[in-house]
Amino acid sequence: MSSKLKTARALALLQQKLEKDGRADRPRVSVCNGTACRPYGSNPVAEAFVTELEKKGLSGQVEFKVTGCHGFCERGPIAILEPGNLFYQRVRVGDVAEIIEKTVLKKEVIERLLFKDAGTAKPVSAQEDLPFYRNQRRIVLGNNTRIDPTSIEDYIAIGGYSALAKSLTELNPEQIIEIVKQSGLRGRGGGGFPTGAKWDTCRKAPGDIKYVIVNADEGDPGAYANEGLLTGNPHSVLEGLIIGAFAIGSHQGYIYVRNEYPLALKNMTIAMEQAEALGLLGKNILGSGFDLTVRINRGGGAFVCGESTALMASLEGKPGEPRAKYTHTVERGLWDRPSDLNNVETWANIPLIINNGAEWFSKIGVAGNSGTKIFSLTGKVNNTGLVEVPMGIKLREIIFDIGGGIRGGKKFKAVQTGGPSGGCLPESLLDSPVDFDSLTKAGSMMGSGGMIVLDEDNCMVDTARYFLNFLEEESCGKCVPCREGVKRMRQILDGITEGKGQESDIQLLKDLSEHLQDSALCALGGSAPNPVLTTLRYFHDEYEAHIKNKKCPAGICKALIKFSIIDEKCPGCGMCVKTCPSDAITFMGKKKPVILDQAKCIKCRTCYDICKMGAVRVE
Amino acid sequence: MSESVSLTINGNKYSATKGTYVLQVARDHGIHIPTLCDHEAIEPYGACRLCIVEVTRGARTRIVTSCLYPVEEGLVVQTDSPRVVENRKMLLNLLLARCSENQVIKALAREYGIEQPAFRQEYWEKHNCIVCGLCVRACEQVVGVSAISLVNRGISKEPKPPFLEKAQACIGCGSCYYVCPTGAVKLEDKNGVRHIYNWKVAFRLKKCSKCGIQWAPEAQLTYIRKKWNLPSDFFEICPNCR
Ligand SMILES: Cc1cc2nc3c(=O)[nH]c(=O)nc-3n(C[C@H](O)[C@H](O)[C@H](O)COP(=O)(O)O)c2cc1C
Ligand code: SF4
Ligand code: SF4
Ligand code: SF4
Ligand code: FES
Ligand code: FES
Repeated sequence: MSSKLKTARALALLQQKLEKDGRADRPRVSVCNGTACRPYGSNPVAEAFVTELEKKGLSGQVEFKVTGCHGFCERGPIAILEPGNLFYQRVRVGDVAEIIEKTVLKKEVIERLLFKDAGTAKPVSAQEDLPFYRNQRRIVLGNNTRIDPTSIEDYIAIGGYSALAKSLTELNPEQIIEIVKQSGLRGRGGGGFPTGAKWDTCRKAPGDIKYVIVNADEGDPGAYANEGLLTGNPHSVLEGLIIGAFAIGSHQGYIYVRNEYPLALKNMTIAMEQAEALGLLGKNILGSGFDLTVRINRGGGAFVCGESTALMASLEGKPGEPRAKYTHTVERGLWDRPSDLNNVETWANIPLIINNGAEWFSKIGVAGNSGTKIFSLTGKVNNTGLVEVPMGIKLREIIFDIGGGIRGGKKFKAVQTGGPSGGCLPESLLDSPVDFDSLTKAGSMMGSGGMIVLDEDNCMVDTARYFLNFLEEESCGKCVPCREGVKRMRQILDGITEGKGQESDIQLLKDLSEHLQDSALCALGGSAPNPVLTTLRYFHDEYEAHIKNKKCPAGICKALIKFSIIDEKCPGCGMCVKTCPSDAITFMGKKKPVILDQAKCIKCRTCYDICKMGAVRVE
Repeated sequence: MSESVSLTINGNKYSATKGTYVLQVARDHGIHIPTLCDHEAIEPYGACRLCIVEVTRGARTRIVTSCLYPVEEGLVVQTDSPRVVENRKMLLNLLLARCSENQVIKALAREYGIEQPAFRQEYWEKHNCIVCGLCVRACEQVVGVSAISLVNRGISKEPKPPFLEKAQACIGCGSCYYVCPTGAVKLEDKNGVRHIYNWKVAFRLKKCSKCGIQWAPEAQLTYIRKKWNLPSDFFEICPNCR
């Protein structure tokens, strides 16, 4: 790699050179090797491409890239081919030679590898035409398909670090903060605090030493938007951080990465080394006289470590325990010095805002909620993955247009947003906009972008119990309301799902909820009631059914359900007999209904799920 | 020069030094706020939440812990508003369910009119501890030896010696025992030996060469002598005989 870049102009020249060398006219193949695609075998697929291209002597003529997450993880491993923006899904090693032979060399489309629209059953060839992508606005995640995350040249070739150059040479810190303020960017880590205002307070806070920190702890179960960015485009986060440090007047940055993210850690470490080697990080960045050192830290391995004060305690080497925030961390944070903490996604938006302007950004989304938001769309939808949408989009559009609706033609019941302490929203709210304020008003929250879709087979009391159980285990245990109260709430919910619920339980749950919101030390405890309050509010009938009628309408709570065979529907195929782990079903001969012995049944649901005839009844 | 601010507590005006904690100001004026994790010699921690009060600043009213909330100009404080009392009641109910036999907690619960506990009782011995962290903080901040720490999280959090074995650094001073609000630290001086059962330690007590009373753990006296560079016979006689 070349030596340090000493001016903004040197960076611009390098960019032009790299762009030219990249020869956009060459055929291009980019294979996703993100965390979700790996278990599907993306690594061997990528290797097969390298070997095949070499074997055919095409290495120089075809641009081949192994990239981070493309978003549509459900369909991995994924290969995107240019020209044509062809989207091949579920690619196997055995497909690679054919792809090169037919598509790369002869520009033929292999129909078998295309995505087929669930509704029309028609194959779609271009990525941008897929329903999953068509309705998104991928300003932050989009570049993942264009760059090898371990190559700073790739990032620079598409204009990377030009926002940093602009910030250091054309803007002063106050101007940068003003642009961020004007853009309306709000923190993507959950609270939605205006980023520009936060930077401003930190800049103005007294003290020579200040810190900038990336919150990459992402502890929400099932959420991986931050990981997708860190592994797929680490330089975008780093560039945002350097710009922020310059604006705030900080010379020391930290990246706090969740312990379970080895690939993110690796790619970010590589990115930092590369940036330093090019003079984009470290001393005298781009010859501007501005210095910034960045350290990468592994997370403390607990959900609560993502909370700002706990995170800072953990960075100081202390136990990751929150403390009271009556003096804000922007004034007294890490080692009692002014500290600005922002989420990965917040930082990654900064270069875009600097390059395209505050007005461009504020026009995406809706008033008061500008820009896009990345969600980890999971659960009972057809298309799961990382989706990036303009703020203000309707829940329905995300779940049905992008997510392709509910799996197996089942009925939608609820969508859980905001991570474990978010809330469950019902069908009647599907047309409400997805933004910080609307979600909070509905009793849920944005959180760091988890979105779990639930269908008719989910019991809402059981769902609330599941999240409370998670929060009980993740409570740091420091303060009484959360340590004792969340446990009590979980116990009450346990009782209801076990058929031991009493009518007075509802009031007690409400009282405990109010108490936690009022008195818990940190937002983990303060927001822990959300799963209970939203299910009580929107699915009250399910609580009633459990408590009064001792019934679980969704057929989930074991103590309240019974499996039986609908004789008229059972042709005696015996599928259930073979799979029942408890030998509770007996084969009675062909064309005779099987017999289910309820005394032996352990209510595992296997027979219900396996029976193609719908002959197993759950009630 | 420290700045003085005026604030209102329960309808009465007071002035105080800016930045002082609300709890301190209330105490200075004889206003009682119940606490379980606060001690004048130890940094406030904010764990028991019993000291909550309602504060109003401008249009915003909220619940805060008075042991950690710094006073500021124009602050309006309610130490016993209905909302505060309801929250204290719930706190005490939760604590009562945890340590149903503890006299301190029972007395507090009675004071707040709790007759029928809201939750199933779960009494077992170790749950005299309410995890206020005072023992750990006293040992660290006052004694300076950090012999014990809070381990685990959530409902399993508790003060423990390192590796759950004998607390090697402990000097037997008993500070943890004195600060514990619920009597959960079990200390006993018997047959010339001090036992602190929670930390699995036992110390020989020093005998006064004049009156013969066993007055302090030898380990503690050695620690103090070394710290202050005192002569080796300094603690031969007890303070009473000196
Ligand atoms: C229990 C808990 C866990 C949190 N976890 C995260 C996290 O994993 N990532 C994150 O960015 N913010 C997390 N937050 C929010 C942070 O405290 C903080 O608000 C955020 O990092 C600020 O960045 P932003 O302004 O860019 O949103 C968490 C908050 C709580 C209460
Ligand atoms: S609310 Fe829960 S996580 Fe937060 S400080 Fe209290 S016990 Fe710890
Ligand atoms: S007796 Fe031991 S554990 Fe207790 S405060 Fe003294 S040194 Fe610390
Ligand atoms: S032993 Fe006593 S002082 Fe120590 S944490 Fe428990 S209640 Fe507090
Ligand atoms: S990891 Fe490959 S598409 Fe998400
Ligand atoms: S005394 Fe304030 S929280 Fe315990």
